[in-house]
Amino acid sequence: MTEVAGKLEGKVAFITGAARGQGRSHAVRLAQEGADIIAVDLCRQIDSVAYPMATPDDLAETVKEVEALDRRIAAREADVRDEAGLKAAFDAGVAELGPVDIVLANAGIAPMALGEELHQAWQDVIDVNLTGVFNTVETAIPSMIERGQGGAIVLTSSTAGITGIGGPSRGGLGYTASKHGVVGLMRSYANTLAPHSIRVNSVHPTGVRTPMVVNEVMQQFLESDPAMGQAMANALPVDMVEPVDISNAILWLVSDDGRYVTGITVPVDAGFTNKR
Amino acid sequence: MAGRVAGKVAFITGAGRGQGRSHAVRLAEEGADIIAVDICRDYDTVSYGMSTEADLADTVKAVESLDRRIIATQADVRDAAALNAAVGDGVAQLGHLDIVCANAGVCTVQAWHEVTPAVWQDTLDTNLTGVWNTMVACAPHLIAAGGGSIICTSSTAGIKGLPFLAPYVAAKHGVVGIARTMANELAQHKIRVNTVHPTGVDTPMGTGLGGLNPLIERDQNLGPIFMNTLPVEMVDPRDISNAVLFLASDEAQYVTGLEFTIDAGNTIR
Repeated sequence: MTEVAGKLEGKVAFITGAARGQGRSHAVRLAQEGADIIAVDLCRQIDSVAYPMATPDDLAETVKEVEALDRRIAAREADVRDEAGLKAAFDAGVAELGPVDIVLANAGIAPMALGEELHQAWQDVIDVNLTGVFNTVETAIPSMIERGQGGAIVLTSSTAGITGIGGPSRGGLGYTASKHGVVGLMRSYANTLAPHSIRVNSVHPTGVRTPMVVNEVMQQFLESDPAMGQAMANALPVDMVEPVDISNAILWLVSDDGRYVTGITVPVDAGFTNKR
Repeated sequence: MAGRVAGKVAFITGAGRGQGRSHAVRLAEEGADIIAVDICRDYDTVSYGMSTEADLADTVKAVESLDRRIIATQADVRDAAALNAAVGDGVAQLGHLDIVCANAGVCTVQAWHEVTPAVWQDTLDTNLTGVWNTMVACAPHLIAAGGGSIICTSSTAGIKGLPFLAPYVAAKHGVVGIARTMANELAQHKIRVNTVHPTGVDTPMGTGLGGLNPLIERDQNLGPIFMNTLPVEMVDPRDISNAVLFLASDEAQYVTGLEFTIDAGNTIR
């Protein structure tokens, strides 16, 4: 049997929020195509987030799944809100695996809540989903530019980065604001990094079957307004998409298949935004 | 107090009634003279009754009651020669041309497999080629006047893929393309080109869209795409005219290439 070379043979990808959900799926999908992975995750709870967040065991499972594919992975606990900690994890990963070609700023929280809500929810979601994305890209850029080999960056936004959904809570408003803000970052980075052949795009998933969405609190939020149920429905007859659907879009964006694609917002949303 | 478009002359297509008449009256209220055209005939492919000569006569009356001048002609936007003649005649009588409202349009409702070749052609000819013919007929007069403002009537259907309106959506998206290109090409002549994007408007054409309801009944998942954000089902023609007035006036002297939504939040949902 002839070995078919992967689309990302010899590349190294830096992925935040990699312990589970979409982040883990991206790590595995990219590893399947030959990439080595530098993975970070907070692996701790944030008070304003009502659903359980990822754990050190989750991150260990990601490591196991990447290694099962005979790829290398350097995984560390790090907080995207903490520039110094993130940079330390990044630098240690690069020392182990070599320079980074791909950056996936994926870590995010969705602290939508009904009724009782921590005042801190707004600041937390802006810090993680927007400042965290900024910190992630800023951490990776200098080495990518210095190396001069180009690269690809994908920022994880949301259908809430295109439309005004997310509800009226402090956390929900912060979520929508942060995901819209990510689009602004993406567009600016796409312009400023283009001379270095570094491409920057954003993905906009509809609901994805991950612990962030499939939990009691989020289901209560979605069921709180019957009119919203229909409005939140996808166009294609599917209630949620799978993490790998987002990973496949990202694989296209970061591989040479997408070599002239930059500055675009890619919905992977079962037609959600188009039907609004 | 001088009106916001005092001393200007506006050419308006589809001026027999509905939004076109409303634009004529609103601009006249603010001091503009009007060159009005309308086909004043029914199409075989359009289910609702289209405007009549009596409608166009009412527009003339409404403008004249504001002490403004109006030259009204029966003309078909699909007929470039007739349109050129109507504009040329109007400019000869009123002196110059400053404002163009490419407003004439038709709309039919049907599922994709019910779109006949005739429906497709009539819609594209009127809503897209008609806008082009209007621009081509008017641009030389605007250049001669040293500048001006062209306002093309698109729709929320020029931004979103509204179901059951395929030819209409295609034409209204196309209008955005023409407007963007012409905004670039005509900028050197100080001519601004913008599009307005109404949600459903309370006009005879808007009311003719009742055919949507049984189609939405068949596929309820597609209902919310038509919903406005603000608690209003349809807006009034005057709501669009107020946007047109702004774009037509010198208040908008540096506004060009814009997609101006008057849609009660329909496109941000």
